[in-house]
Amino acid sequence: MSVHTPTSHRFPENAREALGNETLQRGLASAKVGFRIRRSEAAARLPEFETLRDESRDIKNHTLAHIDLYLEAFEKRVIERGGHVHWAADAAEARDAVLTICRAAGAKSVTKGKSMISEEMGLNAFLEENGIEPVETDLGEYIIQLRHETPSHIIAPAFHVLKEQVIETFRKEHTHLDPDRVIEEARQLQDEARQVLRERFLAADVGITGANFLIAETGSTVIVTNEGNGDLTQTLPRVHIVLASLEKIVPTLEDASTILRLLARSATGQEYSSYTTFSTGPRRGEDADGPHEFHVVLLDNGRTDLIGTEMQEVLRCIRCGACMNHCPVFGAIGGHAYGWVYPGPIGAVLSPSLIGVEEAHHLPNASTFCGRCEAVCPMRIPLPKLMRHLREREFEKGIPPATLRWGLAAWAWLAKRPALYGLAMRLPVRLLALLAGRKGRFRRMPLAGGWTSQRDLPAPQGPTFQAMWDRKGGRREASK
Amino acid sequence: MADAKPNVALFVTCLVDLFRPSVGFAAVKLLEQAGCEVAVPRGQTCCGQPAYNSGDRADATDIARRTIPALQPFDYVVAPSGSCAGMIRKHWPALFENDREMSRLAISVAEKTWELTSFLTDVRGMTSVDAAYDGVAAYHHSCSGLRELGVREQPRKLLESVRGLTVKDLAHPEECCGFGGTFAVKYPDISGRMVSDKAEDIEATGADTLLAGDLGCLMNMAGKLKRRGSAIRVRHVAELLAGDTGAPAIGEGES
Ligand code: SF4
Repeated sequence: MSVHTPTSHRFPENAREALGNETLQRGLASAKVGFRIRRSEAAARLPEFETLRDESRDIKNHTLAHIDLYLEAFEKRVIERGGHVHWAADAAEARDAVLTICRAAGAKSVTKGKSMISEEMGLNAFLEENGIEPVETDLGEYIIQLRHETPSHIIAPAFHVLKEQVIETFRKEHTHLDPDRVIEEARQLQDEARQVLRERFLAADVGITGANFLIAETGSTVIVTNEGNGDLTQTLPRVHIVLASLEKIVPTLEDASTILRLLARSATGQEYSSYTTFSTGPRRGEDADGPHEFHVVLLDNGRTDLIGTEMQEVLRCIRCGACMNHCPVFGAIGGHAYGWVYPGPIGAVLSPSLIGVEEAHHLPNASTFCGRCEAVCPMRIPLPKLMRHLREREFEKGIPPATLRWGLAAWAWLAKRPALYGLAMRLPVRLLALLAGRKGRFRRMPLAGGWTSQRDLPAPQGPTFQAMWDRKGGRREASK
Repeated sequence: MADAKPNVALFVTCLVDLFRPSVGFAAVKLLEQAGCEVAVPRGQTCCGQPAYNSGDRADATDIARRTIPALQPFDYVVAPSGSCAGMIRKHWPALFENDREMSRLAISVAEKTWELTSFLTDVRGMTSVDAAYDGVAAYHHSCSGLRELGVREQPRKLLESVRGLTVKDLAHPEECCGFGGTFAVKYPDISGRMVSDKAEDIEATGADTLLAGDLGCLMNMAGKLKRRGSAIRVRHVAELLAGDTGAPAIGEGES
């Protein structure tokens, strides 16, 4: 199922299910540690890593400030090179653009490189409905396509699937292969997928890839992969379609190179991904290979609405996944619980912007603001700050439950009146201390069920500090 | 000002005020040992994070607006919490972007606000304390202090001078404990998993004591450790540094 009907509004239930899913929990526990170590080692090995983060942030800020100009320049170059650009305001327009190209090419099957925009568009289900078979060629994407699942991580789509499950899936789906074959190691799984996919590559009429960058100066699109599947996807079929959201644009090749130095290091801890592929237009007369047609579908889907708002900074994102790899909430529940295409901290800020705060209101709230995402984001996106903006927007719209809003209002009213607050707190605090008695903590507490469902509540010591300070006659004013 | 005793306002924090005054007194003692004149200005209740982090910017702004004058007259403001000090230092100025006069005041208060252990070492140059504690402690870096204020080595450095104390590192020292203020109550299952993982990490060190610099995180971790039946004693780092370990540990009774 590639169509993403959001289930973000059920986030607490999704999370509970994820926490109870033992297989998922096993996978999460081992995977997150590896990502973190590799990223920190890669960053430490490059002395200019922090400077590159500043430069990359500035490149994107500059680009976003002039995005219309750069996109127009990009389009012009693509056309000069014999390609086509299709502007899509939303997912439906983007799907239609792809279908029209596929129909014109008489396509029956399309191969696909990894693309989150394709997920955002719900492209696979749409193509199937229209009699065109999409074949994912990234190993992770291929696995979850066979399993009828959605990606749970933006760079490791099958993050949630254990090796044993992949073996099971391959045995079930690859019925034309010898049932007694040995597949135990990751390597063997890769080989088997390669073998099966090879035929699909040759049969495909259209190849669809995503894009990590669009380069205005040259009209090129750039993808990075570790499997080389992207290259086959875009060079073998007659038609190559690139799916990209608008903010992938950068002015120059030089700019792309700067940001590329951060991308793989932040994502997997590699210096570069194994393959970085630049595509510029269809094949020219003298070229030995390459597609005959080159199309770029440029998806907006609400992004231009963010420009000029406090949420603009999210558009610097290069989808490296570092924020989710370091997020303790993602680490506890995995990606599916977020209920839409983008999980983790980037999802928490992007999803409400793209599918609405009503649908995705939980996501920016489901953070402790531990700040680790911002600390590792190569593009220095202040993710917690953006989540807080979204919380403010929700608060203005009255989305938080009434109990929370009233509780907060009552508390804030008191907190603004220190004398009254001091008096008002003395009694309940003493009472709690008394009730806890010699135990010093509570196992259960009315109105604090969320707390005591998971842990005991330590009791207050007794009098408040302020009361004790008064009794002591402690100093209240600065001495002259 | 260098030789005169600096005037320090103790920003007690709402949790210390209500739940654990002994941390406040330990902080006063340490500040006095560091040669400061300490006062506890009346006009304070809370730094406003419960409102600010719930999207209620108006109330957070109001609370800051009313607290700033109380802190303004002092040379320094010190809080036994990285989270509350971080709120004052990093976020109060942002609340008054459209109000020049208040913004100026907020910035001046922000610039003189410090987390306790960082103030003692970075500002007052304290390198050791006169305290003893017989035990092995695991230290948890609270997130706001660590990432907003860079409080990492300061408490450790002071703890090294506590006689009889051994400090152990956690396997995942940068991992959040799952407190997150209202997060712990709004998403109890997720928070519960995070604090379970933290508790396992703490237990695996073999420590008999857990220390940290933020009462919110401490109450969360103590609550979980107690729920798991652990005997590990949980204390605010200031209590140990001040040698004030007479009161029962967090979540423990008189017995
Ligand atoms: S928000 Fe930052 S860390 Fe997260 S995916 Fe985007 S660029 Fe990477």
